[in-house]
Order: sequence, then structure tokens, then C-alpha cells
Amino acid sequence: MSDTTTDEHAPHTLDRVVIRFAGDSGDGMQLTGDRFTTSSALLGNDIATFPDFPAEIRAPAGTLAGVSAFQVHISDHDILTPGDAPNVLVAMNPAALRANTGILSPGAIVIVNVDAFDERSLAKAGYEANPLTDGSLSAYTVYEVPMTSITTEVSKDAGVKPRDAERSKNFFALGLISWLYTRPIEPTLAWIDERFGGKPLVREANVRAFKAGYHFGETAELFESSYEVRPAKLEPGEYANITGNIATAWGLIAASVRSGLPLFLGTYPITPASDILHELSKHKHFGVRTFQAEDEIAGIGAALGASFGGLLGVTTTSGPGVDLKSETMGLAISLELPLVIVDVQRGGPSTGLPTKTEQADLLHAMYGRHGEAPLPIVAAKTPAHCFDAAIEAVRLAVTYRTPVMLLTDGYLANGTEPWLIPDVDTLPAIEPAFATGPNAEGPDGTPRFEPYRRDERTLARPWAPPGVAGLEHRVGGLEKADGTGSVSYDGVNHERMVHLRAAKIAGIARDIPPVEVDDEGGDAEVLVVGWGSTYGAIAAAVRRVRARGLKVAHVHLVHLNPFPANLGEVLARYRTVLVPEINMGQLSRLLRAEFLVPAESVSKVQGVPFRAAELEAIVLDRLGVTVAAAPSDGKVSD
Amino acid sequence: MTDTALTNGAVPVPVTTRKDWSSDQEVRWCPGCGDYSILAAVQMALPDFGVRRENTVFVSGIGCAARFPYYMNTYGMHSIHGRAPAIATGLAASRPDLDVWVITGDGDSLSIGGNHLIHALRRNINITILLFNNQIYGLTKGQYSPTSEVAKVTKSTPFGSLEQPFNPLSLALGAEATFVARTHDMDRKHMIETFRRAHEHRGASFVEIYQNCNVFNDGAFEGITGKDNRAEMLIPLEHGQPVRFGAEGEHGVVLRSDGTVHIVDVAEVGEEHLLVHDARRENPGLAFQLSRLSRGPFEPTPIGVFRDVERPEYGQQMADQMAMAESRRGGPGDLASLLRSGSTWTVGAG
Ligand SMILES: Cc1ncc(C[n+]2csc(CCOP(=O)(O)OP(=O)(O)O)c2C)c(N)n1
Ligand code: SF4
Ligand SMILES: [Mg+2]
Repeated sequence: MSDTTTDEHAPHTLDRVVIRFAGDSGDGMQLTGDRFTTSSALLGNDIATFPDFPAEIRAPAGTLAGVSAFQVHISDHDILTPGDAPNVLVAMNPAALRANTGILSPGAIVIVNVDAFDERSLAKAGYEANPLTDGSLSAYTVYEVPMTSITTEVSKDAGVKPRDAERSKNFFALGLISWLYTRPIEPTLAWIDERFGGKPLVREANVRAFKAGYHFGETAELFESSYEVRPAKLEPGEYANITGNIATAWGLIAASVRSGLPLFLGTYPITPASDILHELSKHKHFGVRTFQAEDEIAGIGAALGASFGGLLGVTTTSGPGVDLKSETMGLAISLELPLVIVDVQRGGPSTGLPTKTEQADLLHAMYGRHGEAPLPIVAAKTPAHCFDAAIEAVRLAVTYRTPVMLLTDGYLANGTEPWLIPDVDTLPAIEPAFATGPNAEGPDGTPRFEPYRRDERTLARPWAPPGVAGLEHRVGGLEKADGTGSVSYDGVNHERMVHLRAAKIAGIARDIPPVEVDDEGGDAEVLVVGWGSTYGAIAAAVRRVRARGLKVAHVHLVHLNPFPANLGEVLARYRTVLVPEINMGQLSRLLRAEFLVPAESVSKVQGVPFRAAELEAIVLDRLGVTVAAAPSDGKVSD
Repeated sequence: MTDTALTNGAVPVPVTTRKDWSSDQEVRWCPGCGDYSILAAVQMALPDFGVRRENTVFVSGIGCAARFPYYMNTYGMHSIHGRAPAIATGLAASRPDLDVWVITGDGDSLSIGGNHLIHALRRNINITILLFNNQIYGLTKGQYSPTSEVAKVTKSTPFGSLEQPFNPLSLALGAEATFVARTHDMDRKHMIETFRRAHEHRGASFVEIYQNCNVFNDGAFEGITGKDNRAEMLIPLEHGQPVRFGAEGEHGVVLRSDGTVHIVDVAEVGEEHLLVHDARRENPGLAFQLSRLSRGPFEPTPIGVFRDVERPEYGQQMADQMAMAESRRGGPGDLASLLRSGSTWTVGAG
């Protein structure tokens, strides 16, 4: 943080700040963080968020397991990550403090709800001594605020029971932070009205708590000053703050509109993918059909049935659901019908870490089916990019008559960033090009329809949904004779079909953009290759390294199968190729196998994204630079 | 196809014969298999249903029975084991204009695909399910199936199977099915009539067809479906008619006060005390009792339509919801406004 203000009374101006709201699962921290994010977005800051919550709906209150946190990074310039180390921690109880002190930046502001620091709560959090008095927080500036008692006090005469009034303490915290960072209060008050309009007592208690928090900041003389973060210079246009799951849902709707294909979602609820179902089910007026099936197998089956019927079949899930869908994906590959499978990756194996992020399904997407069963893979790199990635997945599925996997993850799904809303006319047009008549001749010269006669350029087969006389045909999972599509057990034909299916997918490389290399002078020796949600952390690390006057290049892959046509040539230009992934090195394996380059895996599998500083340190190391306390404080970058 | 004729409505449906509905693919079941007669019955029935080939789709899973779609000159999909009801659900819910048939075996629909079957039935998807029940796994060469009788000796059960079989009709009724019927491969007329009723029903229709697998389970139904046994062993159910059977109609079925049904001699109880079949009863209890009158194809067994009631069909309800959403929002969705439907802000140039 750089501090550029001198006037004593005016707020100090910061270029950026990272705030982490932490409390019990029942304390409403996600809501608080989300509201603060929205008012910051409306002020024009660039933002990036990281909701971090436990798998249990309500873990035992007051325990470390039950801590739910929301981290938001706001800035007056463009930023790439939710920030490595929070500058401000709001801790609603001892467990929230204990779970988060380790990650704070030096000198951070810690605001605690001191009412929650009784002996029992301290013990529940595992504190032997009170951290507020034993000096263990001396590296930070600690403010003890009686949030619970003020919140109940201000609602005393509002007719709210004290137990209920106490629940509004997250709004007190929101009010206080809104004052500290000079956020306007009107949008939040309007939002409370709208959200709680139906429950006047709750509405009243929340408004009073919010205002009390704001006024506490102003009048308590606890804080030396307030701060402001000015608007960022973003590209002109209209923006919305959007999560990856909403962006995915809207991208699918956009692709449906652009292709004229009604959307059919067949799915089964699973964290962290369910919000895509929730969102799509609201938009039936777009001709969207959403079907909550009896299991994941039925979800993808119904979607494939819809695709056979000429609709845009989509299924959404996370790792365990992908396992169940594998057989139907193989069928879709054999039937050569469009289908989009969205995998919002989470920690595995098995139930793993349902609410935490991971990138460990790449090889599953690539190889997780029996037989030679290739399909295209598209990966989103930021929450907003999920919109474009979804459209791209649909474009490939429809153009090439193939199932396509779209990989996002828990971090993208729930994280947010400002999204420059695109002009809908500039979105890619997608052409279903249904078959309209015979495409071949029988032995006697009569015109006939051959369902597996391919387009010469794309190798795609015709898509002929039921309803057109003369195009009646049967498809199935048995091997088909090239052209006619009749069942064929002939070995030579099988080999030809295996090669044709593979060539069709490989040929997509001609239809996707070459990788863009971010290499300022073109003479870096170290290249960082990433895919998916590591984009922000890698790009931030690259900025930090460059800010030291050093050189490093970055390539970020959106298409993972096939790879862009120029990738091999790009990789060969660099002495060192680093591949950071939230897995054990899955892309690095693919790069080594495909291009025979010594790609080096940088692995982290802790259920959380990389921090920019971690990657900065690794790049510096490979550049042979030893810097004491290597990571920069990120002043210039992020 | 030769000519066109006007059916009920004003839309001309081509006049077709069995040949028009047969594909050019060579039928590959074992000679003598009951599947042949079912195929023939379907191909002979369809020309009279007033439907178009291009609007007809057969979806199947895996098994001998599941080869069926290849032999129909319609749209078709031979899918994967057990999943046909799920795939057909997506198709029928998306395309209410189509006639969607599901062809499945006892293993396909009651073992690996049991879950999809019961959910398709309870949702009342507009599909017609033909379950070819041969009480054996045919395609995998003769293992016992979920409808095989207890103690059945097969390749996988040399000491006899231990499992209580499913009663497919009881299962379907328990799964909230709105149309439930049984027929058998030895009686073309009965099959055609049953298929006609199943096809006319809006929603999920479930038809169990006793089918002889002459290679791995030959004669499983002979005791009741054989020409000489039928009169004494098959109990035809006809809506509105007293339930009676036997060469002279000398046997009948009565409903006791405890809700159970029993076979009686008509002479003994009097004709007026026989149960009058009512397939339209809302309560499936009586149909369930009838489905359990016989413990297997060795006792007098009811055939025909057990239940045929109306309930909204899923695809139609889905379409209605979409239409309602559109009228509530005052028209079809507008993409540009959707993308701006959250809180937005504008960053100016410069
Ligand atoms: C996932 C999967 N598991 C197992 C099989 C092997 N398989 C094919 S058909 C079949 C049983 C078929 O029995 P049924 O449904 O009664 O049909 P029938 O052959 O008797 O007509 C089995 C086990 C398969 N094709 N796919
Ligand atoms: S194995 Fe049995 S069911 Fe299968 S085709 Fe042969 S006779 Fe028919
Ligand atoms: Mg069978």
C-alpha cells in the first residue's frame, strides 16, 4: 500500500487494499463480503474476490472448522488476484482470528469483535491465552470493537428479540469497514430494503446495525483516519461484477441465442457446480429447459437425448459426477453429437474437498474413457472468462458434432471480478447447419442419406434431428461403417474410424487462435505456462518479476485439446518451462509427452489458489536471482 | 409408402404398410427368438396409428432386445446399457412433437437401469416403454436376471440363484406409473392391441412383454402362453368387464373385503360377484393386487391393461412453464438485458 495523502482530515489514499472478512459459518461473512465488493465495484475500483468457506453447512459454532471467510482485493489499477496477504482482517470470533493471523501482511489492521472473546470461545478456538492481551498480535494494529453489544443495544427499542438482533452484527462490521474505506452507504441501504423488505424487523435491525457500524467509525476516535481507494482506469464501457458460475450460465444462454439452438441442461446437484443449474433454471423465457435428473448418468443421458433431438445439450457437474458421466461421454463421441460437459473442479479423489479448488481433472478430461475417445477441452482462466469459454465450448461442440469438456473450478465458480459486458452482436455466430436432404447415392444411383458421411474440411458428420422425412437413420454405440453408419465389426473399418475421430478433434487446432506469448522483449529465457484459474497468480507473479527489471514470459492455455498449433514451436524457444498447477503436474506431463520439452511442474494441492509471491519466488530462483525474503510486497503489481 | 390419406385432423399422414417401417438391415436374432414376433407386431401396428416415420424414434439400451431400433425404418438410437429411459427423457421433454419408444430388456431396465426406469415412470415422461422380459441375460449368454425365478440354475448360478425376482408390473405401479400393461410374444393380436393402447396414452406407458429366449431360457412362459395353455392360464383384463377366464369362462377373480384378489369358480360365487376391471381407478391398489395374483408364469396370470389413468405429462408441463415464464416477462428473453440484469456501472472514456 502506498500512502500519498498528507491532509490530516481527508481520508488517506491507498492504491489498493486486501480485506478479509472472517467469522462463523452462521455469521453471514459471504454476504458481508459480497456487499462490500458490490459497493466497491460501483465506485469503479478493480476488484477480485475469494470466498473461502467450509463444506459443512454449519460446522460446530466457534470452532476452526466452522470459519467462513471472504477475501476481497480492491484497487485503483487493474489487478489479477484476490491478493496474497490481507491488509485488513475482520474477525468476528477467536476462531476466525486464529484461522487467519498466519496469512496477514505485516502491519495489517485487525478488527475483532471483542464481545466474542470470552473464555469458552477462546478455548473452542484452541487459544490457551487471550491473544488480545498476551502480546502475540504485536505485529498488527488491533482494534477491539464490541460489535455484538452495540448491535443489540441499537435494536433494543425496535421490537427485535435480543437473540435476533445479535444476528445483524455482520452488518455492523460492514458499516464499520464501509466507513473506514469511505464507501457510500446508500447502495447498501437500498439493497437491505430490497432483500429484507418482506421481514420488516430483520430489515430494521440490519439497517440499525449497519448505520451503527458506520457511525462508530466516525465517532469512536479509535481509528486515526479513514482511507479511500480511487476508481481504477479500466477500459471504458459498462461493467458488472460476476462469478464464474453465473458467467458460465450466461455464456451458455448466449451461445444458445447465437446458435438458435434451445438450451437443455440435464444435471444433478453438486458443489460447486449447482449454482449454474440455479441460474439457468431462472431463465426459461430464453427457451432454456433445466432438468434435475435422478443422478449424473441420467443428467448427461437426457442432455444427449436432447442433442439427438436437435437442441443444445449441456450437463454440469464436478469431479465425482464426471466419473459417472464417462460412459455416456464415450457414447456421445461415438454418436458424434454436440454436447457440452462442464466440470467445475474441486479437490479429489472421491468426495475430497467439496468447497475447495483444484485442477486435478485435466487428465481425466483428456483420457478418462475407455477406448480411443478424444474430445476437445476448453478451460476458463478467470471468473468473467467463463462466459467466453462457455461460448467457445458450444462453438466447437456444434461445429464438430462432438462432446466438449469445459473445465472451470471452485475458485472461478465463486470468485468474482468486474466484467466488461460485451456487445451481443460481437459474440461468435454459431451455425448448427442441420442436414436438409440426401448427401450420397446408393449403389443404384438413388439419392440417400448417409449419417456418417463427413464434411471434408471439419470431418464433422451431418446432424439430422428427427422430424425430417427422408433422413430417418439409426445411430448407436456399436462401431459404424465409415459413411453409411451401419453397424460394422470390420477391423480395418474400425481402425479407419478411430483415426477419423482422432483427426477430427486434432483438426480443431486449425480453427483456434495460436497461443499469445506475453514476452515483452521477446528474449526471456524462462517461460511460465499455465491453464485455468492460475491465470491471475501467474500474471501477477510475472509483473512482479518484471518490476525487478528481470525477464520472464507467460503463456496461458484456453484450449487443452487440441493444443494451439504453434505451442510446440513456442515451448522450444525457452530454456526453462515452468508449469504451475493446482495438481501433481498434469499439464506438464502432457507437454512433455507431446513436445518432448523438459517442462517443469510447479505443484500445489492445498485447496487454495497459488499466491503470486510463491510463483514470483520460484521464477526468481530459476532466473538464478537470490533475493533475501524473495517475494516483493507486491507494491507495484498484482 | 404409396398414397396419402386424411386422418382425424387435417394433416395428411402417408398411408404405409409394414414394409415402410422395416429398415434394410438384416435381422440378427437367433432363429426362433421371440423378439422376431414382437418386431413384426410393432411393424404391423404402426401403419394404423396415424403417425409418421420421421416423427418416430426408437431408443434402446443394450441387450438382444436393444438391437430393435436398427430394424425400424425410423429415427433410432441404440444407446448404452440401462440408460435408454434417461436419454429418451431428454428427447421427449425437448421434442413433444415426437413419438418416442423405449426398447429394453429385463436386465437393461431392471438391473443396471432400474433407477432411470422408475424415475421416467414417476415423472410421466411421454414415452412408450416395451420391456422384453425373457427372465435371462440373453446377449451375455445366459446369466440369471432380476426377473429370473428363485433357485434358477444358470452359468453364473450353478447352485441356483438366491434372489427374489422383481415383479415388473408391481414395480412400475409402485413407481407411480400411469399406464401399465402386459402382453406376450405368442399373441400378435393382443400385442398390437396393447401397443395401440400404450401409444394412445399421454405420458409414460409401461408394457411388459413375456418373450421367449429359445437359446438360454427356452419355454419360460410356455406353461401359460402355449396355445393349449392360454385359456386356462391367461386372465385377460378388459376395462369395464368382469374378470374371468377358462375355456368356458368358468374361472373368475373376486375382490375380498380385506382388499386382496382371488381366483374362484364362477359357478360357486356367482357371476355378479366377480371383480369388474377398472383400469381408470386413481388408486393403484387394485391394479397392484392384480399384478400379484400370479407369482410367476406357472400360475394363471393376468394380461392386458392393468392401469390407464391421466396425469399431466412432463414435457407438456415443461413447455407450459416456459410459456408462463415468457408471458410473465412480457416476451422471450433478451440477451443484452440479461447481461445487464445485475448491478452495473459505467467507466467513461479518458
Ligand atoms: C456397462 C455395461 N455393463 C455390462 C454390459 C454387458 N451386457 C450387455 S447386455 C447385458 C444384459 C442384457 O440382458 P437383458 O437386458 O435382459 O437383455 P436381453 O439380452 O435378454 O434381451 C449385459 C450384462 C454392457 N454392455 N455394458
Ligand atoms: S440369445 Fe435369446 S434373446 Fe437373444 S437373440 Fe438369441 S434367443 Fe433371442
Ligand atoms: Mg433379458
